[in-house]
Formats: sequence, C-alpha cells, structure tokens
Amino acid sequence: MEINLLVFGIAKDILGYTQHDLVISESSTIKDLKLLLSKNYPAFEKLAKFDIAVNQEYRKDSYILNPRDEVAIIPPVSGG
Amino acid sequence: MVDIRLTDQLLSSKVCEQFIQDDKAGGHVIFIGTVRNHTSNRNVLHLEFEAYAPMAKKEMEKIATSALSKYDVLHVAIHHRTGKLEIGEIPVIIGVSSAHRKAAFEACEYCIDTLKERVPIWKKEYFENGEVWVAAHP
Repeated sequence: MEINLLVFGIAKDILGYTQHDLVISESSTIKDLKLLLSKNYPAFEKLAKFDIAVNQEYRKDSYILNPRDEVAIIPPVSGG
Repeated sequence: MVDIRLTDQLLSSKVCEQFIQDDKAGGHVIFIGTVRNHTSNRNVLHLEFEAYAPMAKKEMEKIATSALSKYDVLHVAIHHRTGKLEIGEIPVIIGVSSAHRKAAFEACEYCIDTLKERVPIWKKEYFENGEVWVAAHP
C-alpha cells in the first residue's frame, strides 16, 4: 500500500524530500515504518529520537497504518 | 478562553495581553522568548523555524486547554512564529491571566515547557561556518 509521508526538520535533510508517496506492506505498523527508514537511512539511528504522527496525532509503535492516513516523521522538536 | 496563533508575522506582547485581559484577573504573566546571539561558544547569526502547522496548532491548543483545567487560570494565549528570525526577535509568547498570581506563573511555565517537548516546530541555528537543527542529535 501507499502512504503519504510528510517530512520535517532534519528528516527532510536525510531523505531529501518534504513529501513522498511511500510504498509499504499492508498492515504495517509504525514500528515497521521506523525500522524500514532506519535500515534504508542509517542517519535516523543517530537522532536523539524520532516519532511518527498519524493524522496529526502522536501514535505508538503498535499503531497499524492505513492507506488513507497522513503520516509524518517528527524528529526531535525544538520550538520556543 | 484560549488563543492560539502560528504565524510568519511579528508577534506582539500587546496583542497577547489584550486577549488575556479580564476584570476578574489579579495579574498577567507573560513569557516572551527571544532569539539569543550564541549557543555554547558559537555566535548565532539568525534562526529559522519550521512547523508542521496543522498539528502544531492542535498541540498548542491541547496545551492551552490542559493548562486551563490543571490550574486556576482565566485565559491562556500561545503565539508562535515561523520563518527566519534575527537576534532579539520573538519566536514565542505565552500569556496567562488568573485571579491569583501563583496559578498564572505555574500555568505559564507548564505551557512553555510542554510546548518545547511536544509541539512539532523545529529550529535551525545558522552560524558563520555552518548550520544545525537544534536538539536533533543526543
């Protein structure tokens, strides 16, 4: 299935895009997505952490992704 | 009541204070974040703030609403700026009014601390010889 991936901050520098239709296996969890990203782009493992938001809400690793979800990579935030 | 703003325009403490004004209030606490000219020993030239705007606004709203329920306060305003900011400019203003000052001080600190932990906004520091995404690496 395809998910619409939104990318911010340092994750944008790592991946080289801000938005991308990414193909992942059906019923992938957030954990699966994180593993896939870290495997293909080891720079993710060097980050203090990174979270995934789905439909503009932080979600746990066990969350099962859906093709209609808006999925965002949230590297360590630094507002304020 | 809560007032949330995320904008690339200049922030104003006056606007923030007008929103939290209330005849029932005994005080206003306003936190104004400003752009510092250094990090550790390096001179900062300017900053750039990027936001995941729709989610950032939702998270700011949650923080303000939760401050209203946790503390005995009247109004909470959270304003954040995006884009390029020069030294001394204002990226964030938090305003809280309450009948008694302690609650406003505590709620204001809660808001800025939680904003820094949760709101999807990212700051890049520009130096003379490079640039860095703040907090990205341990």
